[in-house]
Amino acid sequence: MQRARRRGAWLFLAPMLLVLAGIAGWPLGRTIFFSLTDARLDLLGDYGFIGLENYLWLARDPEWWAAVRNTLVFASISVSLETLLGIVIALVLNARMRGRGLLRAAMLIPWAIPTVVSAQMWGWMLHDQYGVINEMFLAVGLIAEPRAWTADYGTALAAIIAVDVWKTTPFMALLVLAALQLLPEELYEAAEIDGLGPVGRFFRITLPLIWPALMVAIIFRTLDALRVFDLMYVLTGNSRATASMSVYARQQLVDFQDVGYGSAAATGLFLVIAIVTALFLTFGRLRLGAEPGR
Amino acid sequence: MAWRAAIGFAVALAIAPAAAQVSAPPARAQVTLAISCGAVGMELELCREGAEAWARQTGNRITMVSTPSGSTERLALYQQLLAARSADIDVLQLDVVWPGILARHLMDLSPHVDAAERVRHFPALVRNNTVEGRFLAMPWLTNAGLLYYRRDLLERHGRTVPESWQELAETAGLIMRAERAAGEDRLWGLVFQGRAYEGLTVNALEWLHSHGGGSIVEADGRVSVNTPDARVAIAQAASWIGTITPRGVLNYAEEEARGVFQTGNAVFMRNWPYAWPLLNAEDSVVRGRVGVALLPRGGPGGTHSATPQGAHSATLGGEQLAVSRYSRHPEQALSLVLYLTGREEQKRRAITGGFNPSRLDLYEDAEVLGANPFFGELFEVFVNAVPRPSAVTGSRYNQVSAEFWNAVHVVLAGQVAPGPALDRLERNLTRIGRGGRWDR
Repeated sequence: MQRARRRGAWLFLAPMLLVLAGIAGWPLGRTIFFSLTDARLDLLGDYGFIGLENYLWLARDPEWWAAVRNTLVFASISVSLETLLGIVIALVLNARMRGRGLLRAAMLIPWAIPTVVSAQMWGWMLHDQYGVINEMFLAVGLIAEPRAWTADYGTALAAIIAVDVWKTTPFMALLVLAALQLLPEELYEAAEIDGLGPVGRFFRITLPLIWPALMVAIIFRTLDALRVFDLMYVLTGNSRATASMSVYARQQLVDFQDVGYGSAAATGLFLVIAIVTALFLTFGRLRLGAEPGR
Repeated sequence: MAWRAAIGFAVALAIAPAAAQVSAPPARAQVTLAISCGAVGMELELCREGAEAWARQTGNRITMVSTPSGSTERLALYQQLLAARSADIDVLQLDVVWPGILARHLMDLSPHVDAAERVRHFPALVRNNTVEGRFLAMPWLTNAGLLYYRRDLLERHGRTVPESWQELAETAGLIMRAERAAGEDRLWGLVFQGRAYEGLTVNALEWLHSHGGGSIVEADGRVSVNTPDARVAIAQAASWIGTITPRGVLNYAEEEARGVFQTGNAVFMRNWPYAWPLLNAEDSVVRGRVGVALLPRGGPGGTHSATPQGAHSATLGGEQLAVSRYSRHPEQALSLVLYLTGREEQKRRAITGGFNPSRLDLYEDAEVLGANPFFGELFEVFVNAVPRPSAVTGSRYNQVSAEFWNAVHVVLAGQVAPGPALDRLERNLTRIGRGGRWDR
């Protein structure tokens, strides 16, 4: 009986596993396979195995490590800001007020614009000579002369993070809002009777209850942020000041036609994402387990 | 993988909206050809007009595939499509440094274009487009870097067109200070192409070569980029940033530089000839107030140099038309290429678009010279333009160029001093070139 049930379960799972193997396993396996060869993009069939040589070059390339650093800085800062802003906006939108539906819809606009388009739009807004950002900052006296936001090595990454925060905060806010709307009203009424202030209510009731949903949202966003490509590519091209791991891998693979080395970089990117996910899952589960009564 | 999805998406986004059908009544249509052209200035518009004219004459149809205006991005798109043996594009517009990189994917035109036709074009371009005995692309236009200057501003401040880079910096600084004091607080001295892309390689090669600093990799495969002259040249360019050149130039390609110059916010600009008719168009702020000259010499000051006075160096550019080996209609594609690179069409493009013909005899044509007076005066520049080391480095040219522009970019941004940057560049290029054996 038990065995029959187990067989049935596998049978039902089989289609999904097959699809997963086809769309995730096969490309990944092929990328790892190519990373051990010296294949070139214009002659994919003609390659030789060179073992781990590509990885040795990768480990010794300071530009790769700069790309890793850029990506990690980008992911950690942008996701933190998006989470904080997302919670604040969700709390505001969760309050009963007039025009709430309209506000919720309006908030989603940045998220709805394709990244390539919004990046180009911000590229013009951040332009050093005719950009509207400089115009505004000059008018209120924040800066003394126009800055070249995307060209300056000191501000380029910050500018890209700002654009990402603008674009992706709505996504965070939406997920947090969904979690907030499931919270039972009675809990807050009871807390109010017990004399708990608004700050206490947030940290003792709201945050613990939305934590699981928040963790899922943060993991989603972090994985997404680690693969970032389009913002850097449109705003600063292949500039090494901002190049992410994906930009680096693409340049090797497409511009330089070096499928072997580019695949090694892509595998490196995959490993970094896997490590970060593992860390998140461990960390997130510990916190969840520590919550009393869950 | 994520980046693949991202590229695929970007490619789809680039192609989808523009792959619209144009021209020719469907009743007579025989085949539909897809042609991709550049999109700098009037390029796309003129290409469409030319291709449509061919379609009307021959009763075929044309699909324009619009591509990114940046040459680095356009090449990446071609490489992806061609590596997949895609028949999506029949006729490709190629930059002068690409025939070596894409050679495997292009149809050999030598059986169809006889020697008598080939000698009518600039020899440097014909040589450039011949890879291992195969003639891969018809020259379409030639290009060389030019110095655009504001005639009115030079006159007002009693300055002449600068002969050397040093003089240019002085003149630019002087005019900038005077004009800014008078309220023109957005005026800059010099704009060029400083983004981390192929255009920076072009600009920096001009600085190097004008100082006698070689051309990155010499014809014998030797890496020649780490010399005292090269250091002087790069250091000089770095000293412009923030003084006579806006920091934003580190993110400028051709069109961004033209945007600044054409709105009247720069005294000098380094750009290609295509900018001339646009600067003099109806809606241009600087219309009728612009002059064109040779790019300045490197000297004086190049004491290490074999040519202490330096040279007026302009990097060779140019566009070619090639037929993809994966085209389903090679015969018609060839006919389109021959039509577009023919004398009449090149003449039309020279007069309306300011594109330098690749045909030598058009430089003596009165109508062409009437529209572009400097074509005749600067003929020598176009003939003697300095090629990038794409022939010797072959399929590795892209990597060489990326290493070079990145090294120059970090110096211009003030991140690394010229000395260490060039040391590192030399090491990397030697590794990429397997110590001078580029053909391995």
